[in-house]
Amino acid sequence: MEKVTGLSRAVEMIPDGASLMIGGFLGVGTPHRIIDELVRQGKKNLTIIANDTGRPELGIGRLIVAKQVRKVIASHIGTNPETQKQMIKGELEVELVPQGTLAERIRAGGYGLGGVITPTGLGTMVAEGKQTIELKGKLFLIELPLHADFALLGAHRSDYRGNLEYELTARNFNAVMAMAADKVIAEPEEIVPTGCIAPDEVITPFVLVDHIIEQERRVYGR
Amino acid sequence: MDDKVLIAKRVALELKEGNLVNLGIGLPTLVAKYLPAGMEVFFQSENGIIGMSALPEEGMEDQFLIDAGGAPVGAIPGAASLDSALSFGLIRGGHLDVTILGGLEVDEKGQIANWIVPGKMIPGMGGAMDLVTGARRVIVAMTHTAKGVPKIVQKCKLPLTSVRRVDLIVTELAVIEPTAEGLVLREVAPGVTEEQVVAATGAKLIIPEYVPTMPVQEEPAVAAVA
Repeated sequence: MEKVTGLSRAVEMIPDGASLMIGGFLGVGTPHRIIDELVRQGKKNLTIIANDTGRPELGIGRLIVAKQVRKVIASHIGTNPETQKQMIKGELEVELVPQGTLAERIRAGGYGLGGVITPTGLGTMVAEGKQTIELKGKLFLIELPLHADFALLGAHRSDYRGNLEYELTARNFNAVMAMAADKVIAEPEEIVPTGCIAPDEVITPFVLVDHIIEQERRVYGR
Repeated sequence: MDDKVLIAKRVALELKEGNLVNLGIGLPTLVAKYLPAGMEVFFQSENGIIGMSALPEEGMEDQFLIDAGGAPVGAIPGAASLDSALSFGLIRGGHLDVTILGGLEVDEKGQIANWIVPGKMIPGMGGAMDLVTGARRVIVAMTHTAKGVPKIVQKCKLPLTSVRRVDLIVTELAVIEPTAEGLVLREVAPGVTEEQVVAATGAKLIIPEYVPTMPVQEEPAVAAVA
């Protein structure tokens, strides 16, 4: 199956109202071209599951500023004042989740687990309205799995099958999100011939990836 | 000595050879500068790296290597990249020796609030709840008061970060250890009296018979320019 897809065509598959997991941490490892295209196509009422909402001019922040988002599930929104502003006005629903719990809820969603049993958040605002469970004399909080319609990943390299590798701190949430969505769209910096990424270097195996965004065409001559 | 430098220097004395350490944003980041000479500790940044180091020199930034505050950093030879689940597995699973973070309030139970001021500042907890809950040792590095108001209080008014009791509080005035019995004054800063610490604290302090002065060294006479 041909996975390499043009940017606009890939983003056209995403309907208004879709839930999107978007990889990255303050813009590092974020699929920036996909976000730009989401802004260009004016997709609306999106639910975003991500570590943070970037900055107003950076990454996911651009979707917030353009008011394309209905709900955000994230661990940190402090770097984007626009998110706070819309939240206080009641225009944007924000669910704050501890970063480690967010990673595990996504992982649970992708790994077929019924939930996360964690000590994080016990006795805090995060625990309000949630079930707890005592196991071997210790109390834990039960957190539910997360799943999305699409996962949008920023990768370092992809091969033509869709095996992905990441660079340094750009791996972050991309690796778990690849497991937790119906459709996975990866935006690599470079697409290399299949076989160039050795099996031991593959972080996200190709079977998880549905579409690979075509590299930007650059025309220098005329 | 600058208050923040004093705090960073004192906190640095808590670290041990080979420790895996997570530094919070702001003041805690300074601690890396004041490690005892020759001691090797490893810094984890929860966005996905073990072996973070200061940025080597201008122009050497790597666009894919940042700390959890979004600032470009370096990495030591032998550093390792992690995804977020593994990174927090290290934190929650007890593999992280020490976390050093700032605080808005710490109370007599040793519980910390440092992630939200409802209605005013809602940045989110980021990794703070996992760090305070899961690290083997939690050290709070903060100024003793905010605009003259004590940050060490009887009971936190701000929403808690975790119900776990933190292990140590280091301020520009004192070192305080939260215990099952309450907050114990362990050290005072150079030139600071016990009475001054008590006056700047909004909680009951248990004061042992002998309270030593923080064993921090003054700055060298000629400050290093680098």
